[in-house]
Amino acid sequence: MRFLLRRLAFYAFTAWAAITINFFLPRMMKGDPITAYLQKHQSEFNPEAIDSLRTLFGLDSDASLLQQYLDYWRLLFSGDLGRSFSKGLAPVTEVIASALPWTLGLVGVATILSFVIGTGVGAFIGWRRGSRADYVVPFATFFSTVPYFWMGLIVIAVFSTGLGWFPASHAYDKGSSPEWSWDFIGQVIAHGTLPALTIVFASLGGWVLGMRNMMITVLDEDYVTVAEAKGLAPQRVMTRYAARNAVLPQLSSFALALGFIVGGTLVMELVFSYPGVGKLLLDATNAKDWPLMQGLFLVITLAVLVANILADVAHAMLDPRTRMMES
Amino acid sequence: MSLSTMPTTSETSEARATEPQRPFALRRLGTSFAMFRNPKSITGLVILGLFALVAILGDLIAPYGPLEKDFSALKQPPSAQHWLGTTHLGEDVFSQIIYGTRGVLVVGLVAGVLATFTAVVIGVAAGYLSGWRSESLSALTNVFLVIPGLPLIIIVASQYDDPSIVLISAVIAVTGWAWGARVLRAQTMSLRNRDFVQAAKANGERLWRIIAVEMLPNLTAIIASSFVGTVTAAVLGLTTLAFIGVIPITNLNWGTILFWAQQNGAFPDFWWWYVPAGLCIAILGTALSLVNFGIDEYVNPRLRSAGERARAMRKKGLSTASGVTAVRLADKDGDDAAGTGRASSAGADGEGAARP
Repeated sequence: MRFLLRRLAFYAFTAWAAITINFFLPRMMKGDPITAYLQKHQSEFNPEAIDSLRTLFGLDSDASLLQQYLDYWRLLFSGDLGRSFSKGLAPVTEVIASALPWTLGLVGVATILSFVIGTGVGAFIGWRRGSRADYVVPFATFFSTVPYFWMGLIVIAVFSTGLGWFPASHAYDKGSSPEWSWDFIGQVIAHGTLPALTIVFASLGGWVLGMRNMMITVLDEDYVTVAEAKGLAPQRVMTRYAARNAVLPQLSSFALALGFIVGGTLVMELVFSYPGVGKLLLDATNAKDWPLMQGLFLVITLAVLVANILADVAHAMLDPRTRMMES
Repeated sequence: MSLSTMPTTSETSEARATEPQRPFALRRLGTSFAMFRNPKSITGLVILGLFALVAILGDLIAPYGPLEKDFSALKQPPSAQHWLGTTHLGEDVFSQIIYGTRGVLVVGLVAGVLATFTAVVIGVAAGYLSGWRSESLSALTNVFLVIPGLPLIIIVASQYDDPSIVLISAVIAVTGWAWGARVLRAQTMSLRNRDFVQAAKANGERLWRIIAVEMLPNLTAIIASSFVGTVTAAVLGLTTLAFIGVIPITNLNWGTILFWAQQNGAFPDFWWWYVPAGLCIAILGTALSLVNFGIDEYVNPRLRSAGERARAMRKKGLSTASGVTAVRLADKDGDDAAGTGRASSAGADGEGAARP
């Protein structure tokens, strides 16, 4: 119980810190968003429109920083993240909501695939240490250091432009709109294959190496020797005794990796023109669309936090020792 | 990657006992480089050294200037004049790669040093102190672990029209120190209660001396590993930022080459333009990982011996899975490869042939 409270306090603190950083980020930067926006659309607005824009973005008042901060929290809790400059002043929440499912679907599936395959392969290589399976290691190392975006570009060059097997960009064919039909689902799968494959291949190496090293360490533990001495089937020793313990650090990295993968797929979505959160953030950055950038940064950070909570829960379920660790 | 088997000072004192004639400073140096004395680390360091040479001697090696245009040779494939072909403006890709090495290594190094310094200060302090001070430093570390790095870098870097190399390195370092600090904190906490630290405390040694002389030597492997890790992340981060176009193109590095290649339609036909830069990033990353594996094996000897021991067992026809009997046999195993006649199965699968 104490453990749970400590974790909760940590997450509450981290969420507060992330939101506060998010609040101060645009205020540390030079220039206010309206000026930047008007520079681009100078002729389109008359003075009254500018004033109403300022009111709309809450830039008209001379409220103190503390007052602004409190207002920010109040708006946050009412689900109001402001309006996006670059998307025709649409509410930021709506803009993000339209992009989020694409990223969650693509990155979620790819990350889980990569984690499951990588951990499985790593467990096997660690178990069969010293055999020919070890030759996987140098390849895994190389692939884990190849930059995502470069691999994506090569994959497009080979499988899309070269062989023509898969489409190179977007989430579905031009001219069709999202709907629940087999045809559309097929399109989504065809368009998602290359980006997903790239993510899986680029991140697989890390999981393989991490799991292999943990397996080798765990296989020397006494409880593995005891399990073998009892005459248990090797299969059972490998999965229930060795792998179950070796996978624990993997889970922690899995949670952290979700954060890094969001960063990595940011570029991936640019390369594949995939309409996800990462592409949106890059577009918002180029357009200096502050409210959208802020909203996206907040959503990405909170997603990482949620992933961490899930990993903690999984860790506590698999490893009873965690629950007793008080200090 | 268990850190429980960290060498303690007993190992250092053994080294002292066996080499009494060497001056103290040299012995210290020798022990602190022990983690690099294995094939993996050496291979990695040699590759890194080659890249460093290219970066330093860039002006001498490069056949052309990085932006020298030759309008009579546009988008040429590799030839004797242009070893890696030319760009859409007739620039020599090989020369661009050579000049780009400098940008990548400088940012990697500066960011690595800054991040590692921060990680050591905060990590060791959080591990050595106790109570609310330790907790708050630990909370700070966790916050930086959770905040996604690349989006933050993009947002900050896009605010400046012409971010300098130092600024880019600093931003990368700010987002990259937390992982090292967390590992260092855990290890410092375990060292804090060891006997030799308690003894130093009882002797009335000052705090900075306990940390610098008693603790830091036992943390070198972790510090080195976290340095290598941050350099890798910084190289990937820098090239990614350059590829997105957040960093101005005046800062030439491998990512910039890829940015130009993509902007000017190099994909997929002009492979000589985009393949070498990406390969360089991957090779540099692999070299850094090799150094890290070497350190890992030094920290965790089980990783080092696992392959050799298993191979030796296989030679004797034993299953690697049956750890119970094999431990003794493997210990006895000297170089009696001739005595493996009964292990015909092991010899047949080619494992025996691979080893002399």
